[in-house]
Amino acid sequence: MSIVLDSGDIARALKRISHEIIERNHGLTGVTLLGIPTRGAYLAQRLAKIMAEIEFAPPVGTLDITLHRDDLRLRPPRPLLTTVLPEGGIEGRDVVLIDDVLFSGRTIRAALDALGEIGRPKSVQLAVLVDRGHRQLPIRADYVGKNIPTSALESVQVSLTEIDKLDQVEILGER
Amino acid sequence: MQSHLLSISDLSKEEAIQILDTAEELRKISDGPMKKLPTLRGRTVVNLFYEDSTRTRISFESAAKRLSADVINFSAKGSSVSKGESLKDTAQTLQAIGADAVIIRHGASGAAQRLADSGWISASVINAGDGTHEHPTQALLDAFTIRSHFPDFAADFTGLRVAIVGDILHSRVARSNVLLLAKMGASVTLVAPPTLVPVGAEKWPVKISYDLDSILPDIDVVMMLRVQQERMTNFFFPSAREYSRAFGLTNSRLALLQPKTIVMHPGPMNRGLEISAESADSTKSVVLEQVANGVLVRMAVLYTLLGGLPLNAGTERKS
Repeated sequence: MSIVLDSGDIARALKRISHEIIERNHGLTGVTLLGIPTRGAYLAQRLAKIMAEIEFAPPVGTLDITLHRDDLRLRPPRPLLTTVLPEGGIEGRDVVLIDDVLFSGRTIRAALDALGEIGRPKSVQLAVLVDRGHRQLPIRADYVGKNIPTSALESVQVSLTEIDKLDQVEILGER
Repeated sequence: MQSHLLSISDLSKEEAIQILDTAEELRKISDGPMKKLPTLRGRTVVNLFYEDSTRTRISFESAAKRLSADVINFSAKGSSVSKGESLKDTAQTLQAIGADAVIIRHGASGAAQRLADSGWISASVINAGDGTHEHPTQALLDAFTIRSHFPDFAADFTGLRVAIVGDILHSRVARSNVLLLAKMGASVTLVAPPTLVPVGAEKWPVKISYDLDSILPDIDVVMMLRVQQERMTNFFFPSAREYSRAFGLTNSRLALLQPKTIVMHPGPMNRGLEISAESADSTKSVVLEQVANGVLVRMAVLYTLLGGLPLNAGTERKS
């Protein structure tokens, strides 16, 4: 068990990602942030707050992908989380999906499916706090807080003050 | 939770609230542009209806289709049942076809339980009304509707006053509602002529009254029940007019209600008998909301029963 990012690291990573998103999209006029609950949604809020200090706050929404998962039948039913469409929708927008950990890529595949149901964005980009490798699908992140090489047996635990009392990322040992 | 929904007593309070919360999230999704969800793609849901139904059948059908399940509608009329086929043979036919869930409405109390326990089929069984026994999804959608009008009571109905009025004796809706409302903490009063109060109701977690006028001013929810003439094999009240005068929600009784009170009816309504047309169409009436909410709640039930790992598969898996 070891802590790989503390609260300062997380704040700096989010600040850098905010700048990268603005730079890549030549400003924020076309950008919409879409967080994947639970922690991706909080990260999206934080990014919007940082962006407000740099330029302005883009529209923020959340997208629950539970009903689009391909592993639903492998696990007991899980509770649904909140979907809030951002102001102005996603039609023709540069949508930045935001999640805490990128692992197999299946969550993002489900998110792309869910997005397709809602509308047709101009582009879809992906921002994650942690990329821990072990992809099972041809998916990559455009913005990464930190690449953390892990063993497939370890798990990565992201804690955010909004729900976990503190900000940190730790690797939990083999279970 | 088990893989069937036969009675409200199968559910704990937490499981019931979980279903209502799921329906709440589904409402947000359905109100947006995401009308159709891929969740139950490739799964087959059979509507097995031995009794007539408009609302419940189309509600289940619509719920299953919005989750991308394949739906087979079966009604006893026009099927081999009219040639004398037994429930067992019909059930085994459905098993052979590969049904993942069977939604059954039957005139005999306990039919859903029989189907679930018999070993005839491995599908999930959902009770959509069995005789005068239970109609659990109706109780869930009623609780959902109540909750959306009284947001202070989202997780607990303690302090909420509900009157269930009319033909309690023949009403599976009343039985399921009494169980669920009591489970959630509401105080429930049954109002009916003594002939339409079932034997044993004094042991239910309810108060019983024979005087509607004294109840109405102090109530948050009035649930009117249909007078089920098709089940009445006896004379339970002298005349429709007298019933209406004593136990119907007439225009003058509508005026007794507080501004926040809502009027519910599971449908189909006998306008002019248990509810006046003016009451049924008033702003207090949430009858059409109940229908709309029915689809969401049934989606939540289908998702809970079919969406995950089959719970009777018995395999443990860490997340």
